[in-house]
Amino acid sequence: MRFFLRALLIAFLVFVIAIPFVLQAYPLTLATEALIFGLFAMSIDILAGVAGRVPLGHGALFGVGSYVVAYHLTVAGGNAWMSIVLGLAASAVVAALFGALAVRTTGVYFLLLTLAEGMIVWGICFRWTSVTGAENGIRGVARPALIADPHTFYYFVLLTVTLAGFLIWRLVHSPFGQALRGISESSSRMRTLGYNVPLTLTIAFTLSGVFAGLAGILFVFLNNFVSPSNVSLDQSTQGLLMVILGGAGTLWGAFVGSAVVIVLSNLVSAYTERWSMILGLMFIVTMLFASEGLIGKAKALVRLYGAGRKAA
Amino acid sequence: MGTWLQVLNSLSFAALLFVVASGFTLIFGLLRVVNLAHGALYLVGGYVGMTATVATHSFAAGALVAAVTIAVAGLLLDRGLLNFVKDQELKQVLLTLGVALVLDDVALVIWGGDTRTIPVPEFLQGAAHFGTIYYPKYRLAVLAAGIAIFLLLWLLYHRTRLGATIRAGVDDAEMVQAIGIDISKLFLLTFMLGSALAGLGGVLGGAFLTLYPGADAEILVYGLAVVIIGGRGSLAGAAIGSLLLGFLATFGQIWFPELAYFVIFGPVALLLAFRPLGLFGRA
Repeated sequence: MRFFLRALLIAFLVFVIAIPFVLQAYPLTLATEALIFGLFAMSIDILAGVAGRVPLGHGALFGVGSYVVAYHLTVAGGNAWMSIVLGLAASAVVAALFGALAVRTTGVYFLLLTLAEGMIVWGICFRWTSVTGAENGIRGVARPALIADPHTFYYFVLLTVTLAGFLIWRLVHSPFGQALRGISESSSRMRTLGYNVPLTLTIAFTLSGVFAGLAGILFVFLNNFVSPSNVSLDQSTQGLLMVILGGAGTLWGAFVGSAVVIVLSNLVSAYTERWSMILGLMFIVTMLFASEGLIGKAKALVRLYGAGRKAA
Repeated sequence: MGTWLQVLNSLSFAALLFVVASGFTLIFGLLRVVNLAHGALYLVGGYVGMTATVATHSFAAGALVAAVTIAVAGLLLDRGLLNFVKDQELKQVLLTLGVALVLDDVALVIWGGDTRTIPVPEFLQGAAHFGTIYYPKYRLAVLAAGIAIFLLLWLLYHRTRLGATIRAGVDDAEMVQAIGIDISKLFLLTFMLGSALAGLGGVLGGAFLTLYPGADAEILVYGLAVVIIGGRGSLAGAAIGSLLLGFLATFGQIWFPELAYFVIFGPVALLLAFRPLGLFGRA
């Protein structure tokens, strides 16, 4: 089994590295997008899957990264690498603020509070015309020359996402991650054991926000454009759906969910404009039948099939 | 004088918010379901009311049709979907989020993406004037409707057996069931009542805020904020929350037009952080 998994992993690595040689321009964009949203979903998974706090405002943190980079590059005419640093810093600050407020709540209230926080950012992006360009957003965000080529950019994203994914994986499997799992199971027990629960959660929220912001930064470099819809509730919703589809708490499942949603949305868009209806139906069906995610569901079905054969 | 106009604007907006949010808080309070499709029900209610008003030439008939249609939609939502994820708060929330996406898209297919409005009855058109103040009659009517609905709900809550059962259910649903009351019927009735209020709100709001794709998310977020401020299942809380938001939204819009959302939701986020259950909320 271990050997099999390793072989699978290597095959997968070869696949993602070979993608630019195999795919044409448009599918390459999709692959890049899937990686970026995989990172976004992974950042949500730190809270939703590991710490047991489901956020519905991460679209805003994603957007903060996008907007800061876009503003710094176009309006302020700054340096691209500097803009990345600023974007990450801004996401960290906003996430720390949001987190400090949100971690005082749990369950549905956490979800609602993060939703309200996300709406604040959306509202600012939508109304603060002089800075964010309101509905029109900010256009003409150019990639730095070094990563301007789509192939190079793909590898840049692949490298960044892999590195970020590794950092998240380390984080979740560190004593800090264990503490988050402990809080997810019983925050009162963790408090009794001497953990500072709000502080631990705020740090987790902040880190999660930085990774969401990083995804937003990569996205604005891919898209060359940012608008309030990138910050909206729909964005947060879609990210959460990716996490759940891939299986909350698995981390790497985020990429499965992201690939499914991105590929499906593009396939569907070719035939119909009803993508948002299909997204909604996916949400409903997932919640009713496969809230453990596609992989989890598949495993359960295989087990069921196996059990049925043994019985027969 | 300008200030008085804005006060009236705040009050009539608060009245509309109350109609929408009272339905939301009823459902959240008793069933513990955060219905994120409430905004979509509002929007669809508005559209249905518009079509019915145009067809019957009667605003009242339009409102009635909308309320009944959305009550039935609530029935389907509760029995058809939410029933399968009973007592699983997060799953329910996410399920209703999916329903909201579907409903919005269905509305877009049927009624299109243009901004629509509901024709107001003739006797409510134009402005009423008191001394030097001119004010649209229709918005005064919305204010009156909001107050009337508050009074009716208050009577229902505090003077009827059904209301007493609902209040008991908000406090301790298990105990209500234990003394032999059919809680599932009570839940369904509440869900339908709450949905009907969303539909009615859609008609009331559709005639002065207009109906357009995205109106659902806006009203939903206001409704959420009201309930967050007021506390789960509290009628008085919903009224106070609506008033507070009505004023914050109206005056925030004037004083800080670009940062209006921050003015509205900043205080809400702060309040929720320090009183997680809202002003009148109980665990």
